[in-house]
Amino acid sequence: MTAEIGAFALALALAFSMAQAGLSAAGRWRRSAALAAAGEGASLVAFLGVAVAFAALMAAFVTSDFSVANVAANSHTEKPLLYRVAGTWGSHEGSMLLWCLALTGFGAAVAWLGRDLPAGLRAVTVATQGVLGTVFLAYTVFASNPLARLAQPPVEGRSLNPLLQDPALAFHPPFLYAGYVGFSVVFSFAVAALVEGRVDAAWARWVRPWTLAAWSFLTIGITLGAFWAYYELGWGGWWFWDPVENASFMPWLVAAALLHSAIVTEKRGALAGWTVFLALAAFTFSMLGAFLVRSGVLTSVHAFAVDPTRGVLLLIILGVTAGSGFALFAWRAPTFARGGVFAPVSRESALVLNNVLLAAATATVLLGTLFPLIREAATGESISVGPPYFNLTFTPLMAALLILLPAGPLLGWKRGDALGVMQRLGLAAILALLVGALAFGLISPRHAWGSAGLALGMWLIAGVFAELAERTRAFRAPGAESWRRLTGLPRGAWGMTLAHLGLGVFVLGACFETTWKAEAAEALPVGGGLDVGGYHLLVERIGGVDGPNYEAERALIRVTRGGREICTAQPERRFYPAGGQTTSEVSICTRGLSHLYIVLGERRGPADAPVWLVRAYWNPLALLIFLGPAIMALGGAVSLSDRRLRLAVGRKRREAQG
Amino acid sequence: MTGFLPKSRKARRRLYLIAAIAPVLALAAGLTLWGLRDSISFFYTPSQAAAAKPPAGRSIQLGGLVKPGSVHKSPDGRVEFVVSDSTASDKVVYQGDLPDLFREGQGIVATGAYRDDGVFQAKQVLAKHDERYMPRDLEKALKAQGEWRGDGATPSYGKAAAPRTGDQSGDL
Repeated sequence: MTAEIGAFALALALAFSMAQAGLSAAGRWRRSAALAAAGEGASLVAFLGVAVAFAALMAAFVTSDFSVANVAANSHTEKPLLYRVAGTWGSHEGSMLLWCLALTGFGAAVAWLGRDLPAGLRAVTVATQGVLGTVFLAYTVFASNPLARLAQPPVEGRSLNPLLQDPALAFHPPFLYAGYVGFSVVFSFAVAALVEGRVDAAWARWVRPWTLAAWSFLTIGITLGAFWAYYELGWGGWWFWDPVENASFMPWLVAAALLHSAIVTEKRGALAGWTVFLALAAFTFSMLGAFLVRSGVLTSVHAFAVDPTRGVLLLIILGVTAGSGFALFAWRAPTFARGGVFAPVSRESALVLNNVLLAAATATVLLGTLFPLIREAATGESISVGPPYFNLTFTPLMAALLILLPAGPLLGWKRGDALGVMQRLGLAAILALLVGALAFGLISPRHAWGSAGLALGMWLIAGVFAELAERTRAFRAPGAESWRRLTGLPRGAWGMTLAHLGLGVFVLGACFETTWKAEAAEALPVGGGLDVGGYHLLVERIGGVDGPNYEAERALIRVTRGGREICTAQPERRFYPAGGQTTSEVSICTRGLSHLYIVLGERRGPADAPVWLVRAYWNPLALLIFLGPAIMALGGAVSLSDRRLRLAVGRKRREAQG
Repeated sequence: MTGFLPKSRKARRRLYLIAAIAPVLALAAGLTLWGLRDSISFFYTPSQAAAAKPPAGRSIQLGGLVKPGSVHKSPDGRVEFVVSDSTASDKVVYQGDLPDLFREGQGIVATGAYRDDGVFQAKQVLAKHDERYMPRDLEKALKAQGEWRGDGATPSYGKAAAPRTGDQSGDL
């Protein structure tokens, strides 16, 4: 019965999304406040409808109702409660429902939080959100119904892939989708601006918090995904330039560019057309990601819920929505007023350069991701584009961006003082070069690029403090005044400081870890030992363990350094009978900011003298890789709590989480 | 110097903008072309590789079925097996953990390079992690050769189906 209520609520949500689009558009057309208000009401009902459907699906998962096809395919009675709940969004159908929940949630949020928007702009935004909701809900209802019943329910479900049964991955999709779909609001705002024919400072100010919220969610979502790949897949890597990863990274890059260009539009009225273009592009890349991940056109590590026929439908949705958005842009954007003039050396120019570099980086990622398709269509040859391509193209562009970054916030609007900025960054530059030189001289093996990367990370971090010192006049004004200035800084400024700091922390960790990680693998019997990164691993014993829905072999490995005991690691190799799969449960010893990462591999050799493949990685400063993006997301949240936006934020969060 | 610049502010701004964008675009385009020439890896089945003759040491992906009875696992972690399609086969050596669902008779994709002696040295081995999942390039190549056994080929480990996530296992 629950499933039927859910299916009905979903159909109802579709009807109300259509009503939302129609009523709001009519409200704008006729300039009728009543019609527009009805459209806003419809947006709330549509959200409630999807929420009921989502709750129904979750209930089916929690109670293991295998008469629902989706539950039978993705759940199992022995699965722990958390993963039964997470199973709701673990499949194609369920995750599309989560997408719709976020979409209608953001639609309702923009309708109810946008009270101070001009009536016309608000009506068109809500109408566009309604159109997007209609399209995706229609897809969900007609092509991927998550609540379809089975005629003959099985006694037991087929379980969720054990690799996905992990806390980080349980929360990864909600954050990722809140990010992806959050850009729909930005898209709708852009369409509304194009329809109204006006992009001004106020518009940029309204768009910014939504971009910021979605970008922060996406940052957390990507980081959780990378963290999951790091410790669950058991290869010690956290980013593989896989098409699915790129699919989430491209909207992130575009949104980062948008955050910066929106500042120029807000403060100086310039770059209006470009900001609107980016606003359209961010959600386009989100939809492209949804298509790439689900259609199976690209061979991926994390190929997810692949279904080519549905892929075609998603491609049509992508083509029609993004196509109409950009067609509207081509038609209306030339009418936008030109903004303020600025000198070649100015904050505006720095932000333009930031956007040029981010856009170029996004383009190289896009090309690398799609090139196998292009090549195959052109020559019929199958190829894959791997990390070497991205290291060659993406990294230099990013490096250029990061070298310029600390100068940006120190430059004045309209006309900047290049010489003054260089003076203020002198200390930061010396610190960075010192760190680079020390790394090159002291850390063995010697590595020039790695040392340069560390210098770059230090440059960013020191640059953040130089900027903070400049704002507070530290060491130039009396201490009390500096303190007063520091506490008086707006939250928006703190947000930027934290985001840039997080980027520096990430660069530091990523460069150190990739350059100086050590790896050792050996087949060991019980009592065997292995050396990695100055640590000695001793296999004490290996025994069987029974989990709730798996059987495992667990090793007890004693880790020592110079005879002193550091920790005991207990890596496992788990077998899940329900899906017939084996996974490795990595054991990580945290040493300060570094990780000793131990994997128990397969059993080899004769039965009376078995050996196990044990792999160990020494990942120095690995924690910074995940800490950096966390600080960036925190920066986004702090910036959102700025007084100007504070009212809007709390409710928006709740809506998005649904 | 200022004499060369256009008089109107708008035109001047446009010039600056182009001056900023052009080098970045040139850099990005140059790197991309270079990267796409040198850093892509081709996918071959053993018979395609025999025809294309990739030079030793060039990173490629080799896909095919693991020949039954060809797998030798040594206690030191070394694995040798033969990957074959309908007409050709290649010996593959690999050091490390095999994917959890590596089985004889199943489709795999190995990333690595041929050595001078013609043996394929794999750096990474991907297998079907899910019986419904087959690396797409491999599926296509096998279909083209009539080796495809269809989606319903029941693997030896029973009928329990995994969900739809095709995962990669293997070493990096």
